[in-house]
Amino acid sequence: MSDTIIKVEGLSKRYIIGHETQERYLTLRDTVAGRAKKIFSFPSRLKSQKKDPSKEEFWALKNIDFEIKKGERVGIIGRNGAGKSTLLKILSRITEPSSGRINIRGRAASLLEVGTGFHPELSGRENIYLNGAILGMSRAEIRLKFDEIVSFAEVEKFLDTPVKRYSSGMYVRLAFSVAAHLEPEILIVDEVLAVGDAQFQKKSLGKMEDVSRNEGRTIILVSHNMAAIKGLCTDAIFLHKGEKVLQGNVYESLEKYLSFDQTELNRETRWKREKFFPPKNIYVQEAELIDDQTKDKFSLLVNLKIYSSSSARIGVNFRIKDGMGFPIALGCVHYDHSEKLTLEPGDNEFAISSFPLNMAIGAYKLSIEIVFSGSEVLDTLEDCIQFELNNEGLAKRKYGLMQSWGYGSTEIIFSDVKRTN
Amino acid sequence: MSNPHANTNVELVIEAGRSEKNYWNDLWRYRELFYILSWRDIKVRYKQTTLGAAWGIIRPLLTMIIFSLVFGRVANLAKNSAYPYPLLVFTGLLPWQFFSSALSDAGNSLIGNTSLISKVYFPRMIIPASAVITSLVDFAISFGILVVMMLFLHFPPSARIMFLPFFVLLSLLLSVGLGLYLTALNVKYRDFRYIIPFILQIGIYVTPVGYSSNRIATQFSETFRFWYSLNPIVGIIDGFRWSILGEPLYMPGFISSLVMTLGFIWLGIWYFRKTEKGFADKI
Repeated sequence: MSDTIIKVEGLSKRYIIGHETQERYLTLRDTVAGRAKKIFSFPSRLKSQKKDPSKEEFWALKNIDFEIKKGERVGIIGRNGAGKSTLLKILSRITEPSSGRINIRGRAASLLEVGTGFHPELSGRENIYLNGAILGMSRAEIRLKFDEIVSFAEVEKFLDTPVKRYSSGMYVRLAFSVAAHLEPEILIVDEVLAVGDAQFQKKSLGKMEDVSRNEGRTIILVSHNMAAIKGLCTDAIFLHKGEKVLQGNVYESLEKYLSFDQTELNRETRWKREKFFPPKNIYVQEAELIDDQTKDKFSLLVNLKIYSSSSARIGVNFRIKDGMGFPIALGCVHYDHSEKLTLEPGDNEFAISSFPLNMAIGAYKLSIEIVFSGSEVLDTLEDCIQFELNNEGLAKRKYGLMQSWGYGSTEIIFSDVKRTN
Repeated sequence: MSNPHANTNVELVIEAGRSEKNYWNDLWRYRELFYILSWRDIKVRYKQTTLGAAWGIIRPLLTMIIFSLVFGRVANLAKNSAYPYPLLVFTGLLPWQFFSSALSDAGNSLIGNTSLISKVYFPRMIIPASAVITSLVDFAISFGILVVMMLFLHFPPSARIMFLPFFVLLSLLLSVGLGLYLTALNVKYRDFRYIIPFILQIGIYVTPVGYSSNRIATQFSETFRFWYSLNPIVGIIDGFRWSILGEPLYMPGFISSLVMTLGFIWLGIWYFRKTEKGFADKI
């Protein structure tokens, strides 16, 4: 169709991973040694020609097809390793596909990193020209937009200062400002919105959206920031392990992604200390979450085994993060609350349980901290336990909140409604 | 319309193994990036050092003095030289220093620009090419020193100096050719980071920088001189001395130099283009 601006057919990308070498590049010595080995070990030569056990194929992308129409703003979502970045790299011609075909009609510019090619020794002014040229702007074009770029970045006073003296915020603002003034028909953006202060992020997003709306620019955006995708994109493509799961409108794709994500979660409800190097007086040896999903309400029930070299009074903090990694809740048990939290020399075992929690269906991570007199942290187990609330208990509830809806991860249960007039 | 993507109506097709039909066109369209990267390299080079451009003068001048002393006085090669010995050394040093700095800069250029290569598309040849340009600026400064020296020693050049640009071009092509080859190899085999300085270190001993290559013939034999001239820089240095000092030109050496340079430029471009597509995956 005439308004199809990008057409991808049967796109695949294969990488060969060597198991012997950790580095991505070879050294001459390895190659020479490898060849010599092949020549001298004749019997194994035929075998090794058939299949080299030290090498493995890895398909970063498998047979991807999609079309993007003019003016669409498409988000690409998926977990780490889904092939998002590989797809962008192929679309930006940085790397070549192993098979398949892409047709791109129109001028495309990609922004896989903010401030690519920025040189710390050069001044802000010089870096604007340098970065602009790298991103594909002509000198005349940069000259035309120079003032706009500078005022958007709010760095007027520091134009002739080397960027190595910039604060990181100024650096990022300048870099993003150059990028935001690119005017291609197709803009390919990777994860760059994650930088800068919140206010500037909003400004940049706004600028992108404006341009896209008013000038019909096509945008392809990869981001882990679901809010950014939701805010900017009209459509989304969901990739999983190199394959396209779904292309649809942004809400549909996000919901599929978030629910899909949870079925694949690694459940780690037991944690055990494997090695212990620094001699600490008090540390956690084992932690276990008793995960009973059959009840209609979920409570935290944690068994802890703590070693102590002497008698002590401690407190335990529990922190919970939701599936996207946002901290959502904190719970503290201190000696003052429960005199039972006294450590004797040697191993101490405790079972700690909470009141029922109204948490949304989805994935969570639990961190445990041992504290002394409220503030001094003795031991921290960051994200030591991963668990998931699923539909099992839901059947007994009237309704359930799901993390994937994006409305929050804890439910407020209202106790009463009174008419007051 | 110098914009790389200015032509909107052209449809871009990305396919496996599709050798760029308009590779050289593309290179031409990205010339502005080439200018700006060269400008960056030059600017940064002189900005980072306290003495800045003074280094461009101090380095060749000091090397010249040391070489004149070691080869001229200690090895006593200056005895029956037809030309002022410092001039002989400097006319050898000029192409050698250009070649060695161009080669080592170009050889490490891809590795040094990893972030560009893995984040932006452009014809990769721009990177080693712009690295060579920096050395050309140093060469220009050194050439200025030569002119001052000639004025100072009252040594007017012969009319053959009009052929000098040809030999400059030859040394440029040689370093670009070898540089392309080595920098592409450097991406695949990181050993070349150590091999390049080693080549250059050996190189200065088998190159007639501190003495005239006529010495090789008088000291050893004409046959030996022929083998010696298989080193492509020998012919270039001879050419420099021929056009500036008026030394007789050893034809077989010159021809071997010409052939080797063309061979290296072909090898460099061929290997670079062959491996270019994989740079972003390997680097």
